[in-house]
Amino acid sequence: MNKGIAITGMGIISSIGNTVEENLNALQSETPGISRLEILKSRLHDSIMVGEIKKTNATLIEELGLPKINNFSRTAMVSAIAAKEALQDAGISDINQHTTGFISGTSVGGMDTTEKYYLEYQETAENHRYIEALHAGFTTECVTKYLGIKGYVSTISTACSSAANAIMLGARLIIAGKLDRVVVGGTDALSKFTINGFNTLMILSDEVCRPFDDNRKGLNLGEAAAYLVLESDALVAKEDKKVLGRVVGWANANDAYHQTASSSEGEGAYRAMNKALKVADLSPSQIEYINAHGTATSNNDLSEGTAMKRIFGTENMPVFSSTKAFTGHTLAAAGAVEAVYSVLGLQEQTVFPNLNFKTKMSEFDMKPQTEIVSKEMQTVLSNSFGFGGNCSTLIFSR
Amino acid sequence: MKGCYINGISNISAQPTTVSTTFLEEIVGHKEVIIRAFDPDYKTFIKPAAMRRMSKSVKMGVVASKMALEAADIVMPDAIITGTGMGCRQDSERFLENVLHNDEQFLTPTLFIQSTHNTVGGQIALGLGCKGYNVTYVQGAVSFETSVIDAQLLLTESPEQHILVGAIDEIAKNSTKLDILNGQLKQGECDWLTILSSGTSGTICSEGATFMVLGAEQSNKSLAQIKAVTTINDATLDESKTAIETFIAAQGIVPDDIDAVIFGNNGDQDFDDYFHNLQTSIFKNTEQLCYKHLIGEYHTASAFAFWIGCEVFKHNTIPEVLKVNEVKAKQYNKILLYNQYRSRNHSIVLLERC
Repeated sequence: MNKGIAITGMGIISSIGNTVEENLNALQSETPGISRLEILKSRLHDSIMVGEIKKTNATLIEELGLPKINNFSRTAMVSAIAAKEALQDAGISDINQHTTGFISGTSVGGMDTTEKYYLEYQETAENHRYIEALHAGFTTECVTKYLGIKGYVSTISTACSSAANAIMLGARLIIAGKLDRVVVGGTDALSKFTINGFNTLMILSDEVCRPFDDNRKGLNLGEAAAYLVLESDALVAKEDKKVLGRVVGWANANDAYHQTASSSEGEGAYRAMNKALKVADLSPSQIEYINAHGTATSNNDLSEGTAMKRIFGTENMPVFSSTKAFTGHTLAAAGAVEAVYSVLGLQEQTVFPNLNFKTKMSEFDMKPQTEIVSKEMQTVLSNSFGFGGNCSTLIFSR
Repeated sequence: MKGCYINGISNISAQPTTVSTTFLEEIVGHKEVIIRAFDPDYKTFIKPAAMRRMSKSVKMGVVASKMALEAADIVMPDAIITGTGMGCRQDSERFLENVLHNDEQFLTPTLFIQSTHNTVGGQIALGLGCKGYNVTYVQGAVSFETSVIDAQLLLTESPEQHILVGAIDEIAKNSTKLDILNGQLKQGECDWLTILSSGTSGTICSEGATFMVLGAEQSNKSLAQIKAVTTINDATLDESKTAIETFIAAQGIVPDDIDAVIFGNNGDQDFDDYFHNLQTSIFKNTEQLCYKHLIGEYHTASAFAFWIGCEVFKHNTIPEVLKVNEVKAKQYNKILLYNQYRSRNHSIVLLERC
């Protein structure tokens, strides 16, 4: 197995908890965070279920200690909370003591503020400080300023695979010796723009989502931010850092089939998993758990399941589950949320369950893990797929 | 020798760079603050049925990528990396306005589907049937440079690959104008060709696409070698100068070894000091070029400087319209690019003749 890159810190905020510890408790007690919309005002509040972080923007501003007049979108605020926790977890107090990068994935960046003030901009100058929030990278810049990171900063926007690509890039930059350490992950807040966009695609469920179930009705959107701190082995050794786990495999491929739908044979997903195994120098039989993308849309679960079958075979399918029924589909943050859950699973030697599953899909004989279970595990694989045919796979080890 | 070579490059901008065979001899002077790109004949590249569904970004991206691939004589790239500041701004704006004006009702999916930042990268992959690595960067004025850094990494990991790297940004009807409200753009009309000494705040804006095909091996198609690229998120005047000195020293050369520097001045008196500070110090005796008075400012405008660099190597001369000082280089072997936007998103690049 490839030695990979050390993970020395993690941070997360999602609808099941405001810290890594709270998220772990919710996963272990099988407490999902799916509800009706309460914070975001939308016409769709009674017709969809979401994974919403039950904190108002005013509360988030207070918790971050931001000035009352600031230009942080909700996406930037949840990002700052999770990234700050990750740095603390890694025991980093002087951020620029070593070359530190920041790579964040986001789909719509500060759309939550844009949609609030867009129609007023011409009339009043009051909220002009939010105009720049329309640019997704601006979200990242607000957070880097807050954290004091000055060096390499980038934002990746490959829809729902953004954070997975951010983690992959961070690992590659460390291997290439371009950075000593890097904070990688993603963030997305719920917005009317996104909710209505997915609603027009008719892939939102009006009930709690049921990944890999034959009667699945679509996804629940969620909001979250999650980050990992990756450090070079030299730095880990020098500072005698605790290592939480390692990123050992990664790959990105394109389905090249349709702008939003996945191919029936799951070509992009197959290629991503296959290549990630090669990078990790592992055979499929060495994967002990799959944290699937499993959005609970008809298209994704069939396409992903087919790709998993092609890689592992029905007989040798590793234990798998989708944790989307806990958090909802947190879009650009999903890859990082599930990276945190993958590492927690390895640390706790526990498979977190695929909630709400009842009936096997008619297309194949595959059943996800539906109860929480202890399991000895060394390696887990996590998938993230997005619009534009973007498919990414990460592999983590203990 | 293994490296990072530009084996094909193309550009769509506010200048007729797609139709002209000369190096910026035909120049269009603009007067409005926001100017659309000079459109090539898209239908010679894209079938009309496919084009109807395409937004401006996708059209520019698809055509510029085809031109670059053709120039490099590559049919199928191994990876596609795109950089964009605002992505598919027109479709995002229209979907957003529909949501807001109609109280979240009567919406259709097409605009939303095409609104994601990776739409252009995805559409190019779809058109080519390219199933390889595909990523989109959206980091302000370094969106293109971060894409190039990723391509450099890929070429180190897999030197046999050919990487398509591109930058796209488009103007949208209403949201681009918001940049006048917050002072990013100038008020009223202005003369682009004299904008660099405007003495006023804000800049001018346009749109465009630049695509390159990069490979690790030098070939008879190679136009330039990208020796090094670095980005800095945030820097003061002194920090940016020090960063450039460090960057040059890391290449084992001294500032006098640089034959020409291409600066990203955009006529904003509040931020052009970042360039003036270098123009009057370390590069006082170096030939200096600027280009944003020709193509305007946008998040990926700096990709145009890569195109200029390749053209300089090819033609061995620099058009008058780009020159901003009296120094004339003896030869053009090493060209440095420096850009920043409003004190943030600094990029430093060294191009070398092949």
